Amino acid sequence: MLDTLDVSEDRPRAAVRPRVRSSAQPAALRTPAWVGWIFVAPALLIYAWFVLWPLVLTFQYSLYDWDGIGPSTWVGLENYSKVFTDPDLSKTIVNAFKLIVFFSAIPVVLGLLIASTIRQIAGSRLALVARTVVFLPQVIPLVAAGIAWSWMLSSTGLVNQFLSLIGLDGVTRAWLGDFSTALPAVGVIGAWVLLGLCTLLLLAGMSRIDQSLYEAARMDGAGPFREFVHITVPHLRQEIGVCVTVTVIAALAAFDIVYVSTQGGPGNATMVPGLEIYYQAFSERHVGVASALAVVLMALVLVCVLPIQWLTRKDSG
Amino acid sequence: MIVARREALTGRALLIVLIAITILPFVSLFTTALHPSGTYPSGLDWPSDPQWGNFTEAFRSARMGEILTSSVLIVLGVVPVSLLIATMAGFAIGHLRMAGGQVLFIVFLLGITLPFEGVITPLYYQVRDLGLLNTRWAIILPLIGLFMPFSVFWMRAHFVNMPTDLSEAARMDGANTWQLFWRIHVPLAGPAISSLAILLFLWTWNQFLLAIVLVDEPTKRTMAGALGAFQGQWGTDIPLLCAGSLLILTPTLIVFLIFQRRFVSALLEGSLKG
Repeated sequence: MLDTLDVSEDRPRAAVRPRVRSSAQPAALRTPAWVGWIFVAPALLIYAWFVLWPLVLTFQYSLYDWDGIGPSTWVGLENYSKVFTDPDLSKTIVNAFKLIVFFSAIPVVLGLLIASTIRQIAGSRLALVARTVVFLPQVIPLVAAGIAWSWMLSSTGLVNQFLSLIGLDGVTRAWLGDFSTALPAVGVIGAWVLLGLCTLLLLAGMSRIDQSLYEAARMDGAGPFREFVHITVPHLRQEIGVCVTVTVIAALAAFDIVYVSTQGGPGNATMVPGLEIYYQAFSERHVGVASALAVVLMALVLVCVLPIQWLTRKDSG
Repeated sequence: MIVARREALTGRALLIVLIAITILPFVSLFTTALHPSGTYPSGLDWPSDPQWGNFTEAFRSARMGEILTSSVLIVLGVVPVSLLIATMAGFAIGHLRMAGGQVLFIVFLLGITLPFEGVITPLYYQVRDLGLLNTRWAIILPLIGLFMPFSVFWMRAHFVNMPTDLSEAARMDGANTWQLFWRIHVPLAGPAISSLAILLFLWTWNQFLLAIVLVDEPTKRTMAGALGAFQGQWGTDIPLLCAGSLLILTPTLIVFLIFQRRFVSALLEGSLKG
């Protein structure tokens, strides 16, 4: 990702001003390197202080058994083996992956379908209203989304009201309190938050696709489905990559929504790594275990995100 | 022709469903907030006797005035400083291109996908050792650091595309590097900086994890963090909790509606770049 990221972001404008793409410093700009470093210094210092150094500390803590107060003991990789063998801990990682289905797959697939359906009326007044409205979940605190949906999904909530209305009394329940439905219910909240963002990103991407491609396809007798598969999806590779990246990170690092809607319960049916780190570090006082899980979580994010970046941007620049 | 019209119709229907799904949770919050405090109403039910007083009650018991002030102070602590130092760094890496700049840029990029949970444990002990637990600085200082990877990335993307002739001309007129930066490039970077300002405002205002870990006192937290405490306190009184949630939503909603165009494009660009 590191070097592919900047390729794509320069790409659209680079064609206009090819001149500035040369990486060498122009003679007239020749500034001593130390001046540049002074400009970077404040950002670098606070970044090193509150991100890089804590990262080092997380690695260090993960190798010790420490309750946060007393002396710490070196335990090597024991905390890591705990993360993978203790069913309560390893389950959080499994849950994080299950959440990806809801946080990523649903918003991206639905977003694609919605965006391609509304593509033709993207300029209408209704579409402009929708553009504002579907952004609301992005603007409000996730905590508020969690509270609103806890209420929607409660036993007397709107979801059950609706199900009764269409004759599905049998399935109504307290969705977030039931062992079998709690995790999907949390997933639905995440899908609600991310669907609008994905739809708009994909719609913006579609507006950049050359319309004559669709006209040509129509001439050849292609229906909406074939247009979708052969024109829309291939041209949206980069946007789809962005949606998947953003939503996968949101799923793996979920915290706010779970904290307010279920606190990891019932039992630990909805426990996710972020929440487990919080409990282990600040309630159980197992700083070592919490840090090992934190390292695993950060590694998971990279392992999931780097291939997506590589796949969707490799030959786009 | 017929196909196109039918597609447009399905499109409209889909849009309306999408809008409804997005709005319904807010409507449900609203109608519930108007029921008598302490009752357990059903999801969507307009009360016979709307209790508008629930909003004043929630405002008072959540000490909303203090929380608002606190959130504003935290935003003022985070956003201007982040903008200034990220713009300086982006200028140096993207425009001055000093030796070592590329390596530095990669170091910043390392942090761009970092989940905050990854560093929250050591942050707690660092902030404790600084004696800043339970103060707004506990949120402000780490947030500036945590926002740096994205902010530097964003500003560098702007400066990389700035033509150099402008700087050459300024140099001829005898401008030093600071004047070149402050008088010429900062004004030109206005749109990039203001979009970044919107994103940073939003992310600060809605920051939850740092607030609940590093600050116990709800009135020294961000809006989102305070809502967490409010839920703990009023979790059983559904109408009051709904009223409180709506109140806490309102400021971002107002700011969003005023600047909606900028918000939408900033958020879209932000996720495209990030």
